[in-house]
Amino acid sequence: MLAYIARRILASVPVMIVVALFVFLLLRLTPGDPAAIIAGDMATPAQLDQIRQSLGLNEPLVTQFVTWSGQLLSGDFGRSLISRTPVLTLIGQRLEPTLSLAIVTMIITLVLSIPMGVLAAWRHGSLTDSAVMAVSVLGFSIPVFVTGYIFIQIFAIDLRIFPVQGFKSISEGFWPFFSRIFLPALTLATIYIALIARMTRAAMLDVLGEDYVRTARAKGLSERVVLFRHALRNAAVPILTVVGTGFALMISGVVVTESVFNIPGLGRLTVDAILARDYPVIQALILLTSGIYVVINLLIDISYAFMDPRIRY
Amino acid sequence: MADKATLAAAEPVIRRRFLPTIEVSRLRFAPTLAAICLAVIVAAAILAPLIAPYDPIAMNPMERLAPASWAHPFGTDPYGRDVFSRTLYGAQISLIVGLGAAFVAVLVGLPLGLLAGFFRWIDAILMRIMDGLMAIPSILLAIAIVSLAGSSLWTVLVAITIPEIPRVVRLVRSVVLSAREEPYVEAAIAVGSSLFKIMWRHLTPNTIAPLIVQGTYVCASAILTEAILSFLGAGIGTETPSWGNIMSEGRLYFQLKPGLVFWPGLFLSLCILSINILGDTARDVMDPRLGKGRNG
Amino acid sequence: MSAADMPDTKTDDVLVVENLVVETAGREPATILAGVSLRVAPGETVCLVGESGSGKSVTSLATMGLLPKGALVARSGRILVEGEDVLTAKLARLRQLRATRMSMIFQEPMTALNPVLTIESQLEEVLSAHSQMGAKERRDRIRGILDLVKLPDVERMCRSYPHQLSGGQRQRVMIAMALVLEPKLLIADEPTTALDVTTQKEILRLIAEIQERLGTSVLFITHDMGVVADIATRVYVMRHGEIVEEGPIQKILEAPQRDYTRDLLASVPALHPREGRAATSREIVLSTSELGMVYRQPSLFRKREGTVAAKDVNLTLTRGRTLGVVGESGSGKSTVARCVMRLIDPTEGSIRLRGQEIVGLSRGALRPMRKRIQMIFQDPNRSLNPRLTVGDSITEGPINYGTPPTAARERAKELLQLVGLPTDAIDRHPHQFSGGQRQRIAIARALAMEPDVLVADEAVSALDVSVQAQVLDLLDEIQTRLGVALLFITHDLRVAAQICDEVVVMQHGRVVEYGPTAEVLGHPRETYTRQLIEAAPGRHWDFPNFRPLAPGGPGSIEAMA
Repeated sequence: MLAYIARRILASVPVMIVVALFVFLLLRLTPGDPAAIIAGDMATPAQLDQIRQSLGLNEPLVTQFVTWSGQLLSGDFGRSLISRTPVLTLIGQRLEPTLSLAIVTMIITLVLSIPMGVLAAWRHGSLTDSAVMAVSVLGFSIPVFVTGYIFIQIFAIDLRIFPVQGFKSISEGFWPFFSRIFLPALTLATIYIALIARMTRAAMLDVLGEDYVRTARAKGLSERVVLFRHALRNAAVPILTVVGTGFALMISGVVVTESVFNIPGLGRLTVDAILARDYPVIQALILLTSGIYVVINLLIDISYAFMDPRIRY
Repeated sequence: MADKATLAAAEPVIRRRFLPTIEVSRLRFAPTLAAICLAVIVAAAILAPLIAPYDPIAMNPMERLAPASWAHPFGTDPYGRDVFSRTLYGAQISLIVGLGAAFVAVLVGLPLGLLAGFFRWIDAILMRIMDGLMAIPSILLAIAIVSLAGSSLWTVLVAITIPEIPRVVRLVRSVVLSAREEPYVEAAIAVGSSLFKIMWRHLTPNTIAPLIVQGTYVCASAILTEAILSFLGAGIGTETPSWGNIMSEGRLYFQLKPGLVFWPGLFLSLCILSINILGDTARDVMDPRLGKGRNG
Repeated sequence: MSAADMPDTKTDDVLVVENLVVETAGREPATILAGVSLRVAPGETVCLVGESGSGKSVTSLATMGLLPKGALVARSGRILVEGEDVLTAKLARLRQLRATRMSMIFQEPMTALNPVLTIESQLEEVLSAHSQMGAKERRDRIRGILDLVKLPDVERMCRSYPHQLSGGQRQRVMIAMALVLEPKLLIADEPTTALDVTTQKEILRLIAEIQERLGTSVLFITHDMGVVADIATRVYVMRHGEIVEEGPIQKILEAPQRDYTRDLLASVPALHPREGRAATSREIVLSTSELGMVYRQPSLFRKREGTVAAKDVNLTLTRGRTLGVVGESGSGKSTVARCVMRLIDPTEGSIRLRGQEIVGLSRGALRPMRKRIQMIFQDPNRSLNPRLTVGDSITEGPINYGTPPTAARERAKELLQLVGLPTDAIDRHPHQFSGGQRQRIAIARALAMEPDVLVADEAVSALDVSVQAQVLDLLDEIQTRLGVALLFITHDLRVAAQICDEVVVMQHGRVVEYGPTAEVLGHPRETYTRQLIEAAPGRHWDFPNFRPLAPGGPGSIEAMA
């Protein structure tokens, strides 16, 4: 078990190195002078020189990479070109809204998608199944910002249940927080629900065709026990996998949703950074989200060992 | 789901009944509708110069934010441009990006996947790179590329395609890995077939059906990514109308004029929906057992 | 047996099936079972025997009410378990009946148990679903039944997961699970087919013992006439969804009435080794010495002991002869075949093909040697590329070695005739052929290379006995005609006895005994060989001649001593 965990942790190291290398090369290998790209069209030669100095662009690539990754490892992600604030401070300020959004989204998703998928697989070929699949295809196909505006139109403008936009911290009370976070979370959840319901259905269909499910039925167990105790537990590994890989999908969703709902989180920070060409911030955000992605998938890998005894031993 | 042992028993009969090509009567309405819908969008894109009532980029300060009328079916935008014409032209960008990304991703991913599936050392290196690429959220990667290299159609296409490649590589690799365990591949080794011949004759054909399916999903996902990039202001420059652009420019006036967001949004959604439905249909027809999540 | 013979439901039969018709679901239903009738009396062991596709498994699933939803439907007939009709029972009632009145065990003990639940919890849920027992009572009951099926170290077993058990142990757990509530009827669907003969023998004995102890009736589904001869009190022979013949075991084996039953019995190869053939050539075409294969798992943390798949294997095969390699699963027999084919690279020893060393040869240097040795695989459904025509598959090899395509095609047609297929088969695809025909195509493909050695890895194991007999005849004929040497890998002693000149018995990767077939199988010197022979089902019966083997007669153990 420990050996398995250690192996998984070791395996995620090269992934992070590749990510870092990629982010590093992105700026250096883009055609044109990186300093000019960063500084924009209005820069003076002195400014360009200063940027070159601060990024060490005059050094050979290998030296640059070593220095650069050394800085990253010591927690130095550089400073914003616009506000001159350390990037990590900027990110820290924006963390709470995004985290709240992600958690509420996750709760909505899991509560809805897994029962949907299980039901669809159990009633395979029925109207319920078709309905779940239809919802899933729709969720996949309608872009998050379109869904967002539809929800705003219906729930905020027409029905006036929720405020149109904005964010309030949970420390300001549950309802102010919830009324503002619910619509964006529901919006973001649509893709995720589509993805996980679909995967749950597929995994359950696979498992329901297994011999041990037939054995369970031959033992005279109730369908509830067959579905949840025997089938869902075995389907857990592929479902969890997709929860993990789907996290990447959530990141892009966050960026868009925060723009639509005017939430001052990391997504908005990203958009602001793009518009201002604030490259250090973009770079740090990519590294951070990739890092989170790797850690989440690592945790999921480790959780397999608890789900499946064949991995444990 | 039918039971394996039983179906094995009933197999000869069932195979006789289900193997022949799908009868027309079995076609359900959703794929047909999707095909029609997509055909209309493709026609709109190709015929846009002929059927668009206005120049999509001609501004008209006299008619800013005009409501929907016979002259302007979808109204006009804040610069007085005709939203209907812009939406027609917007289809061009979406389709070019979608088809282009699907084509390039398959073209690059197929050989890489074949190599990874067949040679262990290539696999070890390549898959680490692919894992790394997959760890970077595709939107952020695309944003970074576009913000560095400028917002031309080509940059956007490259930025959107790169994150799709690992998925194709993984798919091809997994097909190859399972197919190479098949005794018929060992039989080919035994009769002295070269590596190239084994790959080309015995392994590649297995990848075609899943690749067609994956291709449609890449296409849909690329169209979506392009729209998001444009919506965020990190896509193709605003002088070229694309569905994302139109929405991006209309969003400030959303409460006033929801049509600015909804019309292009409707076309975008219908387009992606149609492609996804056709992809699902292709998957069901080609191999009912492939009915899994697309990221799985 | 017709419905008229059966007095209504007023029997004490545990199971009565009357005129059961099962069809595929859908608009154009195809008939899978066309009016099957059978009955099982208390304490009886009834064998339902038939080849693949005969509908024997469907019959058993219908009895449990387990026909796959949406695929198969019972159209008419009755299935009475202790007088209660399963077909009309409500689902809730059906669930009550399962495990309490009727139970089922399946072919693959590997996949029939849930991999993520412990043995104890899988047993316990049967008790909690069907009884009011308290926790303590359930615990005791579980340990009791595990004891009854003779599992060692019951406490540890309870905590174990299925993957930690051997195949035989898993099947014991299945039996325990099926019988923990002492149902009157046990349906066993090919429960020993996936097991080795020695394990099979133990499981069959266990079922018989428990049956005697608890008075259970057993409906035993099998394709293996040997098993039937060993355990059945009565037999039903099925074919194409119908019962062809039924009767007491003695009558079926000695005086079968129907041609189909006679053919089925006549196809069972005799365990008694055939007469040794005179060697026609002294030329050694294939030999191995000290051949070994160790699988090492690379590990970051510690040096692991490798798994020894084969060790010190020495074989010699002369032109025109057949050398059998027999053994149970994990004995290393397939490893040897794959090494010899250089599909895997042996870790030690040497392999000589017509005197030329082939271990260590590079891909390029090996290429000319590949022609000399060809293989026939176990599963004919998977050894032919489904996308290629039969002709393309057969000509692939010769074209690789420079034969012009047209000439290769002409030759392919001749070969198809040689293996007993029409020449127009050349443009068809594998799925248009039956399993036996596909195996003939695979043989034609191997012969197209004009090899000196043909390696057959369990080449007839996936086939029904009647087809198996035909393919074996074909191999024999080809050998006589072309003088090719055969390396024949099999787990089936009967097959080995009929086709091999010499046999190698393998166990745990090592050669246990090696010699002329008549010697090794007729007068085994090693205990393991003897165990294998004793475990062969139906070894007291001479099937092709419809008579028991006389005790002490040829082939019987008593004669070996």
